[in-house]
Amino acid sequence: MPVIFATDLIVYILFAGAFYFMLAVRKEGMLKEAWKDVKKRRLAMVCLSVLAAYSIVALADSIRWRDPIRNESGRPALSPSGGYIYSAEALSILDRALSRIRLENEKTYSAPLSSHLYVKESIELPDGRVAREYPPLRYPGAHILGTDKVGNDILYIALKGVRTGMVIGAGTTIVIIPFAIFFGVIAGYYGGLIDDIVQYLYTTLASIPGVLLIVAFMLLFGSSGYQGGLIRQSDLVLQAFVPNDRLFWLCLILGVTSWTDLCRLIRGETLKLRELEYVQASRAFGVSRRGIIYRHIVPNLMHLILITFVLQFSGLVLAEAILSYIGIGVGPQMWSWGNMINTARLELSMEPVVWWNLLASFVFMFGLVLPANIFGDAVRDALDPRLRFK
Amino acid sequence: MDIPVLEVKDLKTYFRTQRGIAKAVDGVSFSIPEGSTFALVGESGCGKSLTALSIIQLVPGPSGFQAGGEILLKGRPITRLTEHGKREIRGNKVSMIFQEPMTSLNPVFTVGYQTAETIRLHRKKSAAEARAAAIEMFGKVGLPEPQALFDEYPHRLSGGMRQRVMIAMALACKPDLLIADEPTTALDVTIQDQIIRLIKELKDSMKMAVLLITHNLALVYRNAENVCVMYAGKVAEMTSTDELFRNPMHPYTVKLLRSMPGYEKRGLMLDTIPGSVPPATNYPVGCRFAGRCPREMAGCATIKPALAERAAGHFVSCHLHDSSFMSKPCSKPIMCEPDKVPPAPALNAIKKPLLDVRNLKTYYTVRKGLFKRVKGYVRAVDGIDLSVRKGMTLALVGESGCGKTTAGKSIIRLIRPDSGEIVFNGENIASLGERALRPMRSRAQIIFQDPYSSLNPRMMIKDAIEEGLKTLKPDLDRAARLDKTARVLERVGLAPEMMHRYPHEFSGGQRQRIGIARALAVDPEFIICDEAVSALDVSVQAQILNLLKSIQRESGISYLFITHDLAVVEYIADEIAVMYMGKIVERGTTDAVFSNPVHNYTKKLLSAIPTLPPGMSWKLPGKM
Repeated sequence: MPVIFATDLIVYILFAGAFYFMLAVRKEGMLKEAWKDVKKRRLAMVCLSVLAAYSIVALADSIRWRDPIRNESGRPALSPSGGYIYSAEALSILDRALSRIRLENEKTYSAPLSSHLYVKESIELPDGRVAREYPPLRYPGAHILGTDKVGNDILYIALKGVRTGMVIGAGTTIVIIPFAIFFGVIAGYYGGLIDDIVQYLYTTLASIPGVLLIVAFMLLFGSSGYQGGLIRQSDLVLQAFVPNDRLFWLCLILGVTSWTDLCRLIRGETLKLRELEYVQASRAFGVSRRGIIYRHIVPNLMHLILITFVLQFSGLVLAEAILSYIGIGVGPQMWSWGNMINTARLELSMEPVVWWNLLASFVFMFGLVLPANIFGDAVRDALDPRLRFK
Repeated sequence: MDIPVLEVKDLKTYFRTQRGIAKAVDGVSFSIPEGSTFALVGESGCGKSLTALSIIQLVPGPSGFQAGGEILLKGRPITRLTEHGKREIRGNKVSMIFQEPMTSLNPVFTVGYQTAETIRLHRKKSAAEARAAAIEMFGKVGLPEPQALFDEYPHRLSGGMRQRVMIAMALACKPDLLIADEPTTALDVTIQDQIIRLIKELKDSMKMAVLLITHNLALVYRNAENVCVMYAGKVAEMTSTDELFRNPMHPYTVKLLRSMPGYEKRGLMLDTIPGSVPPATNYPVGCRFAGRCPREMAGCATIKPALAERAAGHFVSCHLHDSSFMSKPCSKPIMCEPDKVPPAPALNAIKKPLLDVRNLKTYYTVRKGLFKRVKGYVRAVDGIDLSVRKGMTLALVGESGCGKTTAGKSIIRLIRPDSGEIVFNGENIASLGERALRPMRSRAQIIFQDPYSSLNPRMMIKDAIEEGLKTLKPDLDRAARLDKTARVLERVGLAPEMMHRYPHEFSGGQRQRIGIARALAVDPEFIICDEAVSALDVSVQAQILNLLKSIQRESGISYLFITHDLAVVEYIADEIAVMYMGKIVERGTTDAVFSNPVHNYTKKLLSAIPTLPPGMSWKLPGKM
């Protein structure tokens, strides 16, 4: 029985967009030229493959379903009314693929690739004496990145964090961009009263401290519904679509609080473009305002949007970590790099230091943010016809 | 005094680029004696400005570097000085004034502070002494109330005053050499004249040497003792100004002189130079003018001409004057352009009026305060009357800020005028709505000044030209539109295959042609040329003016030529309207206005333009 969260839709939209561009670059035109140019840059292509790997992990973690519970004889258990009884857990493709490391838990901390736990325990020796020793692991050498406090495999946790990071980064930007383009362009191009209203709107929004808005919003919407971890049977019996998803609300509120910067940039750029001679020439042909915005204004804003997309994406992946750290980010049960860093804070003050949790989240975050930046730059350069021929 | 103020010996300034070494300045030598003005002329991209920057040791790094040569300032070599030593020279021994007075002053400091700073730095004076010296300098450059002006911020001054401040700043330390890089290009004609005179006076009273960099040959004629024509990083010709204008020996110089528009050339086509300056990374092996030269010989493309004295004090770098070269078989001519400019075909102007503007007013509202109440108006266009006849050219002249561009845009309704009538083909279009304006849109078009911002960088040429067709001629199908696009491109002298390129692949002149093609695509009867040739080099300007003229002859289009360049007006306009502070102060035929200006402002304007004396004509060197 499939279960779809609101945030899954964001991942699907991201993939649909990527698929659309894949089709678009096959056709003749500017995008094909740009793609050829990007293909020539080896570093960009490496980054693209890294991003693709991340995306596939995120997608694999966004398709999930609940299995029917089976009774001892192996047949599905039936409810009194005759329907199947489903397990409380909706496992994604990723969970299923990683079921080995997902299920091979240890008792507590163990360092990467070690054969013993990281914490001494009292062990009863065969001769009856009790000694403080490092007990052997149940699955020695199986945990490439070690295990956390309750013995979960860190690699698994970090991979689960990929989806959270991607959703926060991409989802929020998907919220931001249409808002910012729409308001920025109409404010800049039409001017007058519309400009005043839009400016009023974003100055008001910008003058409220972002964290305050986020806290208020998350308390209102984010405290109920799906927090991550197990799907609770009571709430979600037979529910296939879960709109009330804390992560989704987080994307939404981060989007609402951060569209103003891009909007301001776009408004300024539009003001400049509006007076340019090619726009005037277009007006002299009697082209409608909508046509001018579509053909002359928006394409010339693309570099701004792309830069902002990449910067925001990186910034938001990091913002998630900060918000989770102060307790208003994703739910505590949801695997995320922010939560990993939050727990690492205490682990770092332990003696001996438990460092692999922080290292894993750092490496995974870095591995997403850096290629996103490099690839974004390459795409921007490729899309700029002025740079392409230099 | 035997030692010249500046001596440049075999200066080479190169740039590392992705396409190899760009030899922007490639072996230039000259010297400037005390108290004289030396002019560097040439088209853009020929290395004049970089020569100046090399002299002041400010070549933009890290890609730019000095590849060789020596610069002697009063006999003292400066190229190998430390950065500290160079700083002591800049602004002190050598000063520079730039083209753009609006951006060369720092807006957050007062002009007095900025001027005094230079004095304090170089003269080790106290703040009070520096202040006094700065105020004295302000007086010298003719700024009113220097005392009060000291504490003004740059934005409170007009362009001319700012340029005066720049000059005061440059001269504050009484330099030996003043470099003026296009000092008047960004200024209005009347102010240009004042600034040039000021530089000349100060040069005489302070006994400086001046290096004047400009593309305006008339300015050179009036102001410089010696002149050097640069082409593609090298000296093409160097001699005294009188000699150069009397007897230009390099074909490039002759071509340049003949491409200048002016009253005497009415009725003639302007001479043009085909092609464009070769890129600095890829010069021809032999003479750099080979390929564009009207007198090219078999050996020109492979044998380098030497810069040699071919007449008393007249240095030319051209094989035509080299007798040993001319006696060899490599002197077989391969280009032999007739030494005559074809006459412009006569216009069959139909004297019927096409456009009649009556009492047109366009105001800008000034809004202030929290609630943006209207606090006043800027009367950009304050009741003007104009009329343009079919197949004729009306020039609307005036200085920047007089409202001429606003007037132009109001006439084709890019701006909604506040009152007045615009009768176009018998119909008043002043207050029509956008939909009702459609039929007019295809009949009246506009060409802009800046070839770089007049085309959308993200649109192919084809799409830019088709845009108008799609809106105004929706009944044309795809094939018909493509066909039309190809035809207009051919009409403006571009290959139809170029339609699939993007704007940045074209040079400035080509872009201007595309702008013209775009306007022509919808078959207009009337085109407004808003400073359409002002941003172009002389030779390119000549090509565009020729093109506009021949289009007019073929299709009977009328032009409204908005410009501040009176040489162009003299050449192309049938009638003139002079605009001053939102009003037309004088109207008449070109002949009448130029020979007998009535209004004071017109007189001032006409007397301010640097002109060459009448009767000058130049012949290409070599035999026919």
